[in-house]
Amino acid sequence: MCEHCGCGVPGAASDHGAHHAHVHDHNHAHAHGHDHDRDEAHAHQGQPEAERRTVLVREGILAKNDRIAERNRGYFEAKGLFVLNLLSSPGSGKTTLIERMAADLKGRLRIGVVVGDLATDNDAHRLEAAGVPAIQVTTGTVCHLDAEMVAGAVTRLPLGALDLLIIENVGNLVCPAAFDLGEYWRVVLMSVTEGEDKPLKYPTIFRDATAVLLTKTDLAAATGFARETALHNIRRAAPAARVLEVSARTGQGMEAWYETLQAAQAAHAAAHR
Amino acid sequence: MHELSLMEQTLAIAVTHAQRAGAQRIHLLTMRIGALSGVVPDALRFAFEVLSRGTMADGAELRIEPVPIIAYCSACVREFETADLLGACPRCGEPATQVRQGRELELGSLEVS
Repeated sequence: MCEHCGCGVPGAASDHGAHHAHVHDHNHAHAHGHDHDRDEAHAHQGQPEAERRTVLVREGILAKNDRIAERNRGYFEAKGLFVLNLLSSPGSGKTTLIERMAADLKGRLRIGVVVGDLATDNDAHRLEAAGVPAIQVTTGTVCHLDAEMVAGAVTRLPLGALDLLIIENVGNLVCPAAFDLGEYWRVVLMSVTEGEDKPLKYPTIFRDATAVLLTKTDLAAATGFARETALHNIRRAAPAARVLEVSARTGQGMEAWYETLQAAQAAHAAAHR
Repeated sequence: MHELSLMEQTLAIAVTHAQRAGAQRIHLLTMRIGALSGVVPDALRFAFEVLSRGTMADGAELRIEPVPIIAYCSACVREFETADLLGACPRCGEPATQVRQGRELELGSLEVS
């Protein structure tokens, strides 16, 4: 390569006379409409580089989602709603948890649900059977809910008659982390059947959690679950999160979760009245 | 595969900016991707290849600049670079209290004509 201009002409640097001539020819040729007959060996010949220009963008890819999420938050605030974004891997017990909550909280908190799945509306049917107004968002190939999907879905819920909106995200511990939906609390579920190291494998989603629920604790003994290790890992990945241990099947730990949730909901409602 | 949705957004932003600049073609897109963004660069490239076909970015190069994680230790009042979120402060060994950098997911610039 030419050591003087980096132009890629082999041997150009070994002959100073030739190099200077080359530089001159190059400039000259460009100044007069690409008269290239004297520098045919030049690697840049014929490329339209002169026309290329740089456009600075510096825009966040999620800027649009974040704007819609912020609008959702304002809308929820105006409706006096407390909103949870429920995140977990598939099969951690999100729907079962909501079913149990709806049954137990009847008369205490009015709950509505937006549920995201790649396919089927089974979860919404399960929730409706439990007496919870639920809207299914079928995302198709999309592995997460975004703020726009939520904005569309909530218009079909009787928001004025609700205290708590639960958004059950698509079962996935990676993609949903990036999408703000306009929620107040991010709740990450992790079941004892998943082992102890989920928080270490997916630290991003745990890091942003307001609360972490360790679910299916009734199965802990059967699966040889190492509770102390799991709690230690959750604390490492989510130092700021409230951690609760629950079983939606036996009801163990559920009352503590309701008290936490109701206190947060009441504080939120008071602050935005 | 949320890389597909992200690339859809990226291309929409790129085309808007290129058209605003009066360009016909996009030759190069430079993205800044934080280590905490949860994005897999190869999946992003694949999505780009598929989604850019037939657009003004068809055949363009996608350059991805990785952005490392910078965390903050409130005890030592200092920032430090860490490979993942579980990294402890190299001075006191406490876990980081804040993430200062690493969530970036942005389109930095374009080369157009």
